Amino acid sequence: MASRPRDATEPGEERELLSAGDVARTIARMAHQVIEKTALGADSGAPPVLLGIPTRGTSLAGRLTDRIAEFSGVHPPTGALDITLYRDDLRRRPTRPLASTRLPESGIDDRVVILVDDVLFSGRTVRAALDALRDHGRPRAVQLAVLVDRGHREFPIRADYVGKNVPTSRTEEVHVLFSEVDGRDAVVLRDGGGDA
Amino acid sequence: MKHLLATDGLDPDLASAVLDTADELKKTLLGREVRKLPTLRGRTVITLFYENSTRTRVSFEIAGKWMSADVVNVSSGGSSVGKGESLRDTALTLSAAGADCVIIRHPASGAAHRLAGWLEGTGTSVVNAGDGMHEHPTQALLDAATLRERLGTLKGRRVAIVGDVLHSRVARSNIHLLAALDVEVVLVAPPTLLPAGVDALPVTVSHELDAELPALDAVMMLRVQAERMHGGFFPSAREYSIAYGLTEARLRLMPEHAVVLHPGPMLRGMEISSAVADAPVSAITEQVRNGVHVRMAVLYHLLAAAGGERD
Repeated sequence: MASRPRDATEPGEERELLSAGDVARTIARMAHQVIEKTALGADSGAPPVLLGIPTRGTSLAGRLTDRIAEFSGVHPPTGALDITLYRDDLRRRPTRPLASTRLPESGIDDRVVILVDDVLFSGRTVRAALDALRDHGRPRAVQLAVLVDRGHREFPIRADYVGKNVPTSRTEEVHVLFSEVDGRDAVVLRDGGGDA
Repeated sequence: MKHLLATDGLDPDLASAVLDTADELKKTLLGREVRKLPTLRGRTVITLFYENSTRTRVSFEIAGKWMSADVVNVSSGGSSVGKGESLRDTALTLSAAGADCVIIRHPASGAAHRLAGWLEGTGTSVVNAGDGMHEHPTQALLDAATLRERLGTLKGRRVAIVGDVLHSRVARSNIHLLAALDVEVVLVAPPTLLPAGVDALPVTVSHELDAELPALDAVMMLRVQAERMHGGFFPSAREYSIAYGLTEARLRLMPEHAVVLHPGPMLRGMEISSAVADAPVSAITEQVRNGVHVRMAVLYHLLAAAGGERD
């Protein structure tokens, strides 16, 4: 155990990285960043389209949209983009159920699309999402918003909006919890027992 | 899922999972620019048809292509089958040539099961696209998908299957699937067109169409299969049509929300009148549309996941 980093988790242990209050403040800060970066305002052009990647990315996209609307007065269109059919590891796992894809009526052509996911890890999910987007239309630009960036990228991908950077070891698991799915809001770090 | 050979004995949870997948595929493909998914890239699907077919074959081919599988069509006419090659040798040839999935239609009941037996250990999946008078599982799945879409839920609904039940693999597949999904099935047919052993099926039987119509959520009309009829099953086509044909007058006996299905090909004026076939209550073109999504879902469940861990 002496070789472990000082604040690493013990096997089976769970450590709270963000409380419900922290999650709310983080999302609010991300909303302000989106407004600033996309120059959202009363006289700006078409607002960006937020697309959440199911399941928790969809929850995060909904909350971000609500905050953006509250702060800027503009309600950006939002939707969900399931990437299961575009995954590169389908043949390594048992059959995965599909989640829903719902694009806003406005479509995504010539819009700024912000992909929203809970955790950024290898970047493979985002790679799949970029492939999926291409089949739905041609956005003017694609940005990425994540609540937690835990490192260990396997693709040249980075997020435009990051709620919190969390240095992790590969054996650890970062879980974002949202009340609508998990019963409470939090971000927790669990030791995966080395099989991650 | 390794093969899809029959709905008899199909796990209801798996059947529901396939219907859910089909539903999501339909929604995700709706209105998109590129109707092509990369999911089955590098997989080879062969359709092997020993009987004529338009919709089943086309919809399997489109389903495979929309998921980026390589689809090869083999028909008995243009292949070595015409030279007298046995089904077993044809199957082993297709498997050796690299087929990940063989979709077979054959006039002999049980052909798909035999094929699956011969291909055991090769890793090739088999889908039954209709074998004789036995089963046609993907038709039953697309019928269930269409009913679920139109009626909202399936559990506790009442569906009549009307007509030539004896010769119908569609009827047999529907009976087992609908029963597994907690749908009440009533067979309506003349006694000569009911199969032996009908008492053992999870259905009730009636010979009076008019008496059943008011309590139905859906009616599934079957084609009278003249090509399988050798003998007098009913006095005349006209008499059959009068007793069991779905007409506008009969339509009025059904509840407002009821749905009319037909697996096709239809004989207008025989088992279904032209006006009913084209009426808003008819879901016949939706059945064809859903057929593509259901077959995509079946290929997804057979071919997308890990080879060794297929559920």
